[in-house]
Amino acid sequence: MPSYVILEKCDGCKGQDKTACMHICPNDLMVLDKEKMKGYNRATDMCWECYNCVKICPQQAIDVRPYADFVPMGASVVPLRGSQDIMWTVKFRNGQVKRFKFPIRTTQEGKVEPLAGFETGSDDLKSQVLCTEPASLGASAIPTLK
Amino acid sequence: MPNFETVTVETDLLIIGGGMSACGATFEAAYWAKKHGLKVTVVDKAAMDRSGAVAMGLSAINQYIGWAAGDNTLEDYVKYVRQDLMGISREDLVYDIARHVDSSVHLFEKWGLPIWKDDNGKYVHEGRWQVMINGESFKVIVAEAAKNALASLGDNGRLFERVFIVEPLMDGDRVAGAVGFSVRENKFYVFKAKATMACMGGAVNVFRPRSVGEGLGRAWYPPWNAGSTAYFTIKAGAEMTCQEVRFIPIRFKDGYGPVGAWFLLFKARATNALGEEYMVTRADELTKWAPYGLAKPIPANLRNWLGMEDIMAGKGPLYIRTEEAIANLAAQYKDDPKAFKKKMKELESEAWEDFLDMTISQSLLWAGMNIQPEEKSSEIAAAEPYFIGSHSGASGAWVCGPSDVMPDEYKKHWEQIGLYNHMTTVKGLFTAGDGSGASSHKFSSGSHAEGRIAAKGAIAFILENNTMPNVETAKVEEMKKTILAPMDLYEQNVKYSSDPEVNPAYIKPKMFMFRLQKIMDEYVGGVSAQFTTNRALLERGLELLGMLKEDSAKLAAADLHELLRAWENTHRLWIAESHLRHVLFREETRWPGYCFRADYPDMDEPNWKCFVNSVYDPNTDNWTIKKVPVVNLPV
Ligand SMILES: Cc1cc2nc3c(=O)[nH]c(=O)nc-3n(C[C@H](O)[C@H](O)[C@H](O)COP(=O)(O)OP(=O)(O)OC[C@H]3O[C@@H](n4cnc5c(N)ncnc54)[C@H](O)[C@@H]3O)c2cc1C
Ligand code: SF4
Ligand code: SF4
Repeated sequence: MPSYVILEKCDGCKGQDKTACMHICPNDLMVLDKEKMKGYNRATDMCWECYNCVKICPQQAIDVRPYADFVPMGASVVPLRGSQDIMWTVKFRNGQVKRFKFPIRTTQEGKVEPLAGFETGSDDLKSQVLCTEPASLGASAIPTLK
Repeated sequence: MPNFETVTVETDLLIIGGGMSACGATFEAAYWAKKHGLKVTVVDKAAMDRSGAVAMGLSAINQYIGWAAGDNTLEDYVKYVRQDLMGISREDLVYDIARHVDSSVHLFEKWGLPIWKDDNGKYVHEGRWQVMINGESFKVIVAEAAKNALASLGDNGRLFERVFIVEPLMDGDRVAGAVGFSVRENKFYVFKAKATMACMGGAVNVFRPRSVGEGLGRAWYPPWNAGSTAYFTIKAGAEMTCQEVRFIPIRFKDGYGPVGAWFLLFKARATNALGEEYMVTRADELTKWAPYGLAKPIPANLRNWLGMEDIMAGKGPLYIRTEEAIANLAAQYKDDPKAFKKKMKELESEAWEDFLDMTISQSLLWAGMNIQPEEKSSEIAAAEPYFIGSHSGASGAWVCGPSDVMPDEYKKHWEQIGLYNHMTTVKGLFTAGDGSGASSHKFSSGSHAEGRIAAKGAIAFILENNTMPNVETAKVEEMKKTILAPMDLYEQNVKYSSDPEVNPAYIKPKMFMFRLQKIMDEYVGGVSAQFTTNRALLERGLELLGMLKEDSAKLAAADLHELLRAWENTHRLWIAESHLRHVLFREETRWPGYCFRADYPDMDEPNWKCFVNSVYDPNTDNWTIKKVPVVNLPV
């Protein structure tokens, strides 16, 4: 099944014309059934199990049931993505549970400053110097073949 | 059929794709466009935050040189790529990317990507060129920088998501933009541009994958990149190179979890079922592939090859000895139980993060099989062939290098149309990442840097060719009709049969894909043929592909999603044909662990130490293919 929607939890993103899962799926798999007002994965055999729909769903209504054609049953891997960290709960087939927490970013979402404060070394379009260089290289000039 | 509105967008620079190279291009282009008052338009088939090969995240940045700090030299990187690709690479491009890649990595860090540091504040390396990251949000961060840069252009910077680009627009021998459709609403898009960048990644599902049930989607390479870059550049008439150099990674079997950290960081061994280490027992075979087989590091395809030989000798399965690697790493703490426990916990967390950051399926597979890496080995296997010129494959377009480093022999190719860094052999058409060939091992960071290089080249082109190309309205109308034809065909015929999937008038995209995969798998050296082929098989394959190509006019689509699938599969068909023609042309076996020509089982340095380049002529529908000499840099 790869990703699937837990019907009880999904609220169809409250009837907005673009649901969160539809917005994010890189393979255009998640859709909203407008009659039932529930999201679903329309082609489970094209799912990469990338978990982007799982991570973004505001209702935590999406889970992944691992590929049935090669994974023994009973395992689950569930993320909880915050603004700085992600928490993972891994449940084994034999019931054992492991938890992991990893940082995801050091800046506030939306606040990235593209040039990141690096000075630009040349405004010449014909030079080999890219914007922010050579400062962003930690050097004083761009190398070339001797 | 529903009426599709035509939306026309005029821009100076068109960037197609939203992955690592397109994000680099957008970031760099915004800077130069602002300075010169130019417009930049970006089009992605998905949502830029999570599109492309880095959608899930990554656990390592695979290209970092550290040259300013004196860690490595650019020359060493050139030699490394030369060696890994068995002597065939565009060393000027490799050098150029290498001198800029650290700049992109330092930007990633400033933008918020957590890079592991040691006690001295230096990056923690996985291997010589790889640095470890907490990369769950790698793509989100890089996309945010690109989007913020684009936004700094105000109305001059526009982003279109969920628009699938099908075809290049041409004005004679100059590219004039692109056409495509929205997968969300009935809109046909016409983008007219002075310069166009094709950055739509590589291709998967061209060959039949190992798993054909639900796990069909779990290829190593993400199912959403369908060869659109190659299709676009081929159809525009650009010269292609190394289309025969596919990539087959050896990964954790079935889940395709990464092995880099295990081999490089944890120093794990790979053995066969008898416990033999094939890299040791088969070391003699490497002399056959000298000089590359005898130098270090041993090329990826040769490492594959030795493992494959064990499989063919009936010594499988192959294992990665995780338990042994962890025991070795922990051994130094054996007298200190507390430190030992801490170290084991740390290693366990690092091992799981490696998967959770970039291949979550592999964690599911481990959990489903009750595998604890510290207790039990895991199986590894060769995946199916993919096209990813930015990784350890090399397929892509033949592009112009930097003026200060590009050898004169290559410069000649651009004398007529102008030297602009990363321009293809078609005027105004640029590419990077998986789109540019013969410059492997750029990975996420190098693709970003290369996107920047190409964007600067494209802006220079625009300023020196500052006219909007001409596009005939009639031609555009004809393209619209062809692109939407699968929906018409479906509507006109669906009522005839009892099953909308089974109809004599049309073929649905999924069956079309399966037919392609079967041909490629059986005739062009896929998994079931143990990556082996010969002239007779290839010629038969070409014949079958020809009929499939004819049938592509019978692709039918019930909705926009299927229209997307229909055109993705046409794109796959073209990269498949181009690949087959290149494999057929090269009468030797140079990368045995990627593709084995049974009729030419040896490497032939005197005759074939060269590039194979091809051109499709859209006007005559003919392919030409030739040898191009490799020019080494003096390193
Ligand atoms: C499984 C895997 C693991 C990897 N691991 C690492 C690693 O650990 N470290 C590392 O540094 N690198 C790694 N790489 C390599 C890295 O991901 C690539 O080198 C890089 O993403 C290539 O960039 P790109 O821009 O060419 O393609 P991508 O980043 O794949 O971007 C392609 C873009 O094109 C868009 N697109 C496709 N078709 C169309 C169309 N027809 N119309 C419009 N848009 C379209 C897609 O939506 C996407 O935005 C890995 C790659 C894979 C597949
Ligand atoms: S994002 Fe969640 S709540 Fe919204 S439609 Fe999808 S599954 Fe339902
Ligand atoms: S897991 Fe990824 S590929 Fe599968 S439906 Fe969700 S977002 Fe799409």
